[in-house]
Amino acid sequence: MTVAISYAYAVARDDGALHEALTGVFGVSGAPVRLVRTEDCDGLVVAVSPVPSNDFDEESLRRHLEDLDWVERTARAHHRVVEALAGRTTVLPLRLVTLYRDDERVRSALADGCDGFASRLDELTSRAEWGVKVFVDEPSSGTPQDPPAAELSPGRAYLSRRRDRRNAREDAYRRAGQAVSRIESAARAHAVGRVRHRPQQGALGPRTGQNVSNDAYLVPLRDAEDFRAEVAQAADGFTGVRVEITGPWAPYSFAAADLPQGRTDAAP
Amino acid sequence: MRPVDGPPVPDEEPLPDRQVALIDLLDRLLAGGVVLTGDIVLSIADIDLVRISLRSLIVSISEENLSPWNALPARRRP
Repeated sequence: MTVAISYAYAVARDDGALHEALTGVFGVSGAPVRLVRTEDCDGLVVAVSPVPSNDFDEESLRRHLEDLDWVERTARAHHRVVEALAGRTTVLPLRLVTLYRDDERVRSALADGCDGFASRLDELTSRAEWGVKVFVDEPSSGTPQDPPAAELSPGRAYLSRRRDRRNAREDAYRRAGQAVSRIESAARAHAVGRVRHRPQQGALGPRTGQNVSNDAYLVPLRDAEDFRAEVAQAADGFTGVRVEITGPWAPYSFAAADLPQGRTDAAP
Repeated sequence: MRPVDGPPVPDEEPLPDRQVALIDLLDRLLAGGVVLTGDIVLSIADIDLVRISLRSLIVSISEENLSPWNALPARRRP
C-alpha cells in the first residue's frame, strides 16, 4: 500500500516567517514543502514534503539511484528547497534522500539532534560556501614545438613525438601544481573552512581539460567579493590553467562538521 | 545558484537563471549535507555503495570516448 512518507531537506532557524520563503516551492515529488517543529527544539524547523512510499522504499531507491535522470530531478528539487530557505536564513542541508515514516519521526529526529543543529547553525551564520575548481587544459596536439628531424626513422620519430607530448603534459601539471598552491593561499586568506571534493571526471565532468582540484570554502559574507576576486586573479600568468568559482552555495559541504557523533545512530 | 535576498552576487558576473552544474550539486548532495538516520533502511555504508556505483556509472559513460589525457596521474584526494 502506498502512503505518504516525509522527505526531509534541511534544518533551519525559523524567524517566524520562514514559511513565506516556501510559497510556491514544490518538493521532490511535486508536493508543497512544510516546516516541522517541536517544543523540544525551540526555533528550529525541518523542511519536509510528502513523497509516495512505494517510490522511496529501499528497493525502489536502489534502482532510482542508478538512474541519472531520476537523480538529477531529485537533486534539483532538493536544491530548490534548500535555496529557497537559504535566501532567508541559515540552513543545514540534509543529505539527498533523508526519509522518515511521518512527521512525528521527523520531530523526534529534530529533538534528538537539537543542540548540535543549533550550534552548527550559529557557526554557519553569515557565511556561504564557494566552490573553487582548477583545470589544466590539454596542450594542443598536432603542433609539436620541435618537429623531429627528417632523418629520424619512423620508429624514432614516433618515440620523439611521444616524448614531446609527455614533456608538454608534465609541464602543464607542474604549472597546475603551482597555480593550485597560489589559488589555495588566496582562498585561505579569506576562508574559515575548507573541504576537498574528489576531482570531477566522466560524462558530467569537464568538457575540456582535466580537473585537478575541487574544493569548497566557507567564506564570511563580507569577504565574498575579495575572495572571488583574489582567487580568480591567483591563476593569472599560468598558461593552460583555468580556475572556476561557483557559488554562493548553501553550506552543503560544511553542514556536518563537528556535529555530535550521535546523529548517525540516533534512531531507536 | 540564484539567491533570493541571499548573499550578494558581484555585478561583473551575474548568475541570473543559470542552472548549477549537476556534478557540482552531486558533489554536495552525495558527499555533503547532514547525515541523519532516517526510517528507510539505507545504512550509511549502503549509501556509500550507492554513491560508488553511481560514480562508476558516470565514469563508465565517459570511457567510450577515452582521451589519452585520462591516463595521466591527476592530483587526487587520498
